[in-house]
Amino acid sequence: MEEKIRVLVAKLGLDAHDRGAKVIARAYRDAGFEVIYTGLFQRPEAVAEAAVQEDVDVVAVSSLAGAHLTLIPELIQQLRDRGVDDVLILAGGVIPEEDVPALLAHGVARVFGPGSDLDEIIAFTRENVRRRAWS
Amino acid sequence: MELIDRFRAGDRRALARAITWVENGRPEAAELLKALYPLGGKAHVIGVTGPPGAGKSTLVDRMALGLRQRGQRVAIVAVDPSSPFSGGAILGDRIRMQRSLSDPGIYMRSLSSRGHVGGISQATGDVVAVLDAFGFDTVLVETVGAGQSEVEIVGLAHTIVVVAVPGLGDDIQAIKAGILEIGDIFAVNKADREGAERTVAEIEMMLDLGHMGEPGLNRWPAEGPLPGGPAGYQGLERLDPTGHHKDVDELPPGVTAPARPGGGAGAGGEGPGGAPTAPQGPGGRHGSVAPGGISWRPPVVKTVAKDGQGVEQLLDRCLEHLQFLRESGRWEARQREDAQARVQDLVARLVARRVLDRAAAAGDLPRLTEAVARREVDPYTAAEAILRRHFAEPPGRPEEPIS
Ligand code: B12
Ligand SMILES: Nc1nc2c(ncn2[C@@H]2O[C@H](COP(=O)(O)OP(=O)(O)OP(=O)(O)O)[C@@H](O)[C@H]2O)c(=O)[nH]1
Ligand SMILES: [Mg+2]
Repeated sequence: MEEKIRVLVAKLGLDAHDRGAKVIARAYRDAGFEVIYTGLFQRPEAVAEAAVQEDVDVVAVSSLAGAHLTLIPELIQQLRDRGVDDVLILAGGVIPEEDVPALLAHGVARVFGPGSDLDEIIAFTRENVRRRAWS
Repeated sequence: MELIDRFRAGDRRALARAITWVENGRPEAAELLKALYPLGGKAHVIGVTGPPGAGKSTLVDRMALGLRQRGQRVAIVAVDPSSPFSGGAILGDRIRMQRSLSDPGIYMRSLSSRGHVGGISQATGDVVAVLDAFGFDTVLVETVGAGQSEVEIVGLAHTIVVVAVPGLGDDIQAIKAGILEIGDIFAVNKADREGAERTVAEIEMMLDLGHMGEPGLNRWPAEGPLPGGPAGYQGLERLDPTGHHKDVDELPPGVTAPARPGGGAGAGGEGPGGAPTAPQGPGGRHGSVAPGGISWRPPVVKTVAKDGQGVEQLLDRCLEHLQFLRESGRWEARQREDAQARVQDLVARLVARRVLDRAAAAGDLPRLTEAVARREVDPYTAAEAILRRHFAEPPGRPEEPIS
């Protein structure tokens, strides 16, 4: 059986813009990935817990309501608290250029803004998933 | 293996990773399953199936919470279909399980069917085995939205809840042949909608027809689950004739034994109460039962998963069904059937892999498949040739059974 890349597509906080998240989810599915979509209005700890239970390779956060600088670092902290240090963390949506360095410093691998090319997102994800140890 | 140690210590990340390995058929997975096997065999596996959108996830969410309140540790497995084009999948069942998923005593895993068409994925059985070994009391398995043929859950679950919805009279007809036959319990969900009573009545009627003259015949294959579905049913004469009563201690925590023979169990719920049905002699409401035998007549429960109505009754019926399995001897019979099916299945798979690997390495597989594609050779002849050449029996074939 082929090893599928598993992606958790997450929407944090009160942000109700889910079009981008759905576009991304579909693009991943069409690229052969398995996408776990948890729906809107998630707390960071719930997303972190879902990432653990689903043993995903990628956590993909879509943020359009401006709370990225608080919620995304909180999510990353929640993941670390659970000992998760081997997932690829991606962010996208409406995130001003000047906020990107801070997110990268927290451990986000890359930020994809509006108009991002889906093929490029897929290619980047494929190239950067970390193959997990533990044997 | 570090993973196994962490798994045994109750580490949820280790559990999650173990499931990934099993799902991907990693070489380490076989080692893992071997090591975990002695720990399993305890969990009550409840399958939840029904048409797409019937409310399976919402109901499973409620059931998980209810079981938690009864002191159980609960795991949920939900299977969604994979895309036939890309092999990818969007697994969305978590969206409807928000209530239970904030409970740290519940573990939930989404699976893609990965091209498999029976309503679950090929690895679902092994995934459930891993969860069983981890120590969950109940594993709830939500199938892909099912119709007539997605009935493989039969080989996996001890208790099958078929979820139907009102207002789909034709739909009931459509599922009659397939999933209606496999239900141990029926949940008419969305009972807040018009037509729920009618749907209950329709299912009751079909159950009555199905039961006429065949009391207690449920869904248990006589000789172990064969590929392609149940080959027959286990008749009453195979049941424990004493119908003896197990200790209440053996029931899951928080559950009391329902009133037993003579009393008719669990009459307090929706519909005509859950079985086990006590022997009633000829002419009983749902047919009769052989003297001394007990039978299971699938109860029909109305639920509104959205707000939780009827879920307690549904859980009562599930636990009564478990009790019925134990008391009737079917639980044990089932362990043997499962063991047989698993071993047969694994032998078939191991042999196939070994033969195909050898044939591929020798170049025979590509050569012959090419010839078959060009219609120079027929596939039967090709398969026989491969077996003749690559399925050499090892020397010293045991005359004695392997102990
Ligand atoms: C459509 C829309 C809405 C719709 C949303 C419908 C829905 N179900 O999604 C509605 C009308 C509901 C709405 C409501 C509001 N909106 Co609005 N909305 C938009 C709008 C016009 C387009 C968003 C969209 O759907 N784009 C299409 C999708 C496909 O693109 P995308 O999400 O950007 O995704 C792409 C990339 O960003 C990337 N991507 C996205 N996520 C991810 C994740 C990962 C991991 C990766 C790799 C890539 C990635 O890939 C995608 C493909 O390229 C934007 C403006 C804009 N141009 O972005 C405002 C905008 C997002 N909205 C805004 C606001 C303010 C609001 C409201 C507060 C308005 C109000 N005053 O009522 C409410 C808030 C609702 C709420 N609780 O969140 C602001 C947000 C400002 C901010 N961030 O500070 C924006 C930016 C408009 C603006 N310029 O002011 N909105
Ligand atoms: N009116 C009503 N709606 C319900 C009830 N239970 C679930 N729903 C709604 O039915 C829709 C489908 O529910 P799900 O739980 O996702 O159904 P499902 O059977 O798991 O769906 P699939 O997994 O896609 O096959 C959702 O919008 C639910 O809110 C109910 O009892 N009454
Ligand atoms: Mg569902």
